[in-house]
Amino acid sequence: MSAPVAASAGHVAHHFDDAEQQYASAELGMWLFLATEVLFFGGVFCAYAVYRYWYPEAFAEGSHHLDLPLGTVNTAILLLSSLTMALAVRAAQTSEQRAIVRNLGFTVLLGLGFLGIKSYEYYHKFEERLVPGPNFVTRHPELAQQPGGESRYPPPAEVKEEPRYKLSSTAELFFSLYFVMTGLHALHMVIGIGILGVLIVAAVRGAFSAAYFTPVEMTGLYWHFVDIVWVFLFPLLYLIH
Amino acid sequence: MHLHVVPKSTYFIVAGCLFALMVLTVGAAQFDLGMWNTPIAMAIALAKATLIVLFFMHVRYGDPLLQVFAAGGFLWLIILLGLTFADYLTRR
Repeated sequence: MSAPVAASAGHVAHHFDDAEQQYASAELGMWLFLATEVLFFGGVFCAYAVYRYWYPEAFAEGSHHLDLPLGTVNTAILLLSSLTMALAVRAAQTSEQRAIVRNLGFTVLLGLGFLGIKSYEYYHKFEERLVPGPNFVTRHPELAQQPGGESRYPPPAEVKEEPRYKLSSTAELFFSLYFVMTGLHALHMVIGIGILGVLIVAAVRGAFSAAYFTPVEMTGLYWHFVDIVWVFLFPLLYLIH
Repeated sequence: MHLHVVPKSTYFIVAGCLFALMVLTVGAAQFDLGMWNTPIAMAIALAKATLIVLFFMHVRYGDPLLQVFAAGGFLWLIILLGLTFADYLTRR
């Protein structure tokens, strides 16, 4: 199924020969940007690899305190959002106006769902004192002796069970990386959702068609990239033995 | 250049494969495979990323220059990880 890109003079900036060249430039530029993003996240992944090599037990220990079911649901949500994003781009290529708006809308909703679950997970990490810093659980050995006792920071009732107090102090390292990596990823999601919102407004006004769908495709590339980051984060954070 | 409209069925099949791989990676993590757990998880993640890049991101349908750019980022990432571990793995 191939159709020539319809030349639409109105969309071609004066420094391009034609719509085709303009589109190819945008695509190439976007991939160059994504290459910088790969290396941006690559630095953090590299730090993760070095510290995991040094302290394998801290990572295994910390990983067991993450919520695997929620992480799995979030993985499914992001994969599904990549599908709806791809369908939105396709709808733009075939000028199906309502399908563009619908699929972009689904993508936003799935993205918000992901962030909602992520914030719920963060909230519980705060509650369980698994956020690195002065209140990290291993910095309060007194909590181990008297959970819920006279401590200045009594742990919440539902998290009284033993194991979490048996964390070794190096586990804090895992949670530092957990929050930095998932935080940077979530920041990218927030930006992506913002861009999708702008696209939806433009799509409702009928801005995209087979003649011009560059912004939809470029946003799609960004969205899929953010999905790929999560594809690696999920096993590296949630699935460690 | 020709506008390549990928059939919807391709997207659904790719998404199906991605979900199957997700189930596979969570399943594999339930077993203690010793040193193989992480390599298997990374191989599955790499397979998922490849499917997304080739089909959802249309690199399979792009021109060779675009494919070089797409591969470039990952090439530099391999250099970053490779040189870092050439140091740490060989320290005494």
